[in-house]
Amino acid sequence: MRRIVIWAMSTLTVLVLLFSYNTSRSSSAIVAAETRTVTATSKTSGSTGSASGSSSASATDSSGQQPNPVTTTDSGTTSKTTTGGSSSGSSGSSGSSGSAASSSTSSAATTYAGDAVMTRYGNVQVQITVKDGKITAADVLQVPMNDRRDQMINSSAVPVYNQEAVSAQSAQIDVVSGATYTWDGYTQSLQSAIDQAHL
Amino acid sequence: MTRPATPADQPETTPAPARRAWVEQIMGMPISIHLRGEDVDRLEAREAVADAFRILREMDSIFSTYRHDSDLMRLRREEVQLSQCSPLVDQALRIGQEAEVLTQGAFTTLLPTGDGDLAFDPTGLVKGWAVDRASAPLLALERISFCINAGGDILIGAHPAMPAAGGDAIVWRVGIEDPLDRQQVARTLTLARGAVATSGTAARGAHLYDPQSRELVGRPGSVTVTGPTLLWADIWATALFVGTDRTREAFAASAPDYLSTAL
Repeated sequence: MRRIVIWAMSTLTVLVLLFSYNTSRSSSAIVAAETRTVTATSKTSGSTGSASGSSSASATDSSGQQPNPVTTTDSGTTSKTTTGGSSSGSSGSSGSSGSAASSSTSSAATTYAGDAVMTRYGNVQVQITVKDGKITAADVLQVPMNDRRDQMINSSAVPVYNQEAVSAQSAQIDVVSGATYTWDGYTQSLQSAIDQAHL
Repeated sequence: MTRPATPADQPETTPAPARRAWVEQIMGMPISIHLRGEDVDRLEAREAVADAFRILREMDSIFSTYRHDSDLMRLRREEVQLSQCSPLVDQALRIGQEAEVLTQGAFTTLLPTGDGDLAFDPTGLVKGWAVDRASAPLLALERISFCINAGGDILIGAHPAMPAAGGDAIVWRVGIEDPLDRQQVARTLTLARGAVATSGTAARGAHLYDPQSRELVGRPGSVTVTGPTLLWADIWATALFVGTDRTREAFAASAPDYLSTAL
């Protein structure tokens, strides 16, 4: 049985490799697919002013990382993936929530609505709420709702990628994702501390 | 400060906790389940959590490569036929095949056994799949949002009647470990629903297999994928970590509901 399984998997592997070998290699690094979810770009929020403990906003540029992975480029095409070093065309996020560019901080909550961005699937617009220099809410004002897949995506939450580097002591993290660890690595981990706090 | 006297026969009531966690070791890793919402400590909730752990243990007993008597290992030793195994094994084979095709070969279930052999090993997809399956009893809990963390891979969800967006939604702030300093959080995401899978070498060294080079990948860094299911977030995180530009193109084309970020 095992030999049959191995044979089947090997054949499949070979077929897949052969098949993919014919794939055109001329495609550029720019990915044409739009992202379907929306992020609030923290860099444009008031956090530029107050960020005492956090290296936010401006850190997105100084670290050389591309800011958010999502919809908001001027050109209307977006890149789906964000990679740490390489740009895949998504860089327009600086232009994204244009109207949120205020750098003044205030202790009252202020909301900023980003520009509506036209994507192939419809308009996307995000509103962020900033209080004391931190984003406290990100609400989607407009999302594409044209087809079933849009509805499926929008029925899950809007993930907000936040460039703010947070230390392990931050009480704001609820759960930690990292490369799979075993029980040995766990006991020293931030996740373990979070678990312990709620047992 | 005085407090009102309570009659001896009347117990003091304490408010239900807003959050409760349980941790068990299954599949060789710590798996934690957190509940937030109303009455998170109620009997129904505790039973659902127990159910979720039971499902995870069942998946482990079928698929573990560390257990001599798992369905998978017995199948490998040809002690049983596929038809005699749990139907989940056949399903794993199919998912593995689909994953191999969609990732253009970057993800495979044909992995080195350590004896110089290649064998069917769905480990890379079983964990995420098991967590997705284990979430079923938790989804039935009214007024509750849950977060399962299986050794770094996460699934967040809530009862369908709970709001997924807006001010009333229960959101979880997910920290993504900096692969170069695991005490630091490099990125955060905020989710009310969805899975987050991170693939990399920071915790267990070079254990990710690249079927193109036929080597274990040892480069630093990590890839995090978020999307509706942990099964596919896991598969794509692995594929993207070991893969190439072609893998990224396949990801963009085949998985529009998923997002990735690389550290």
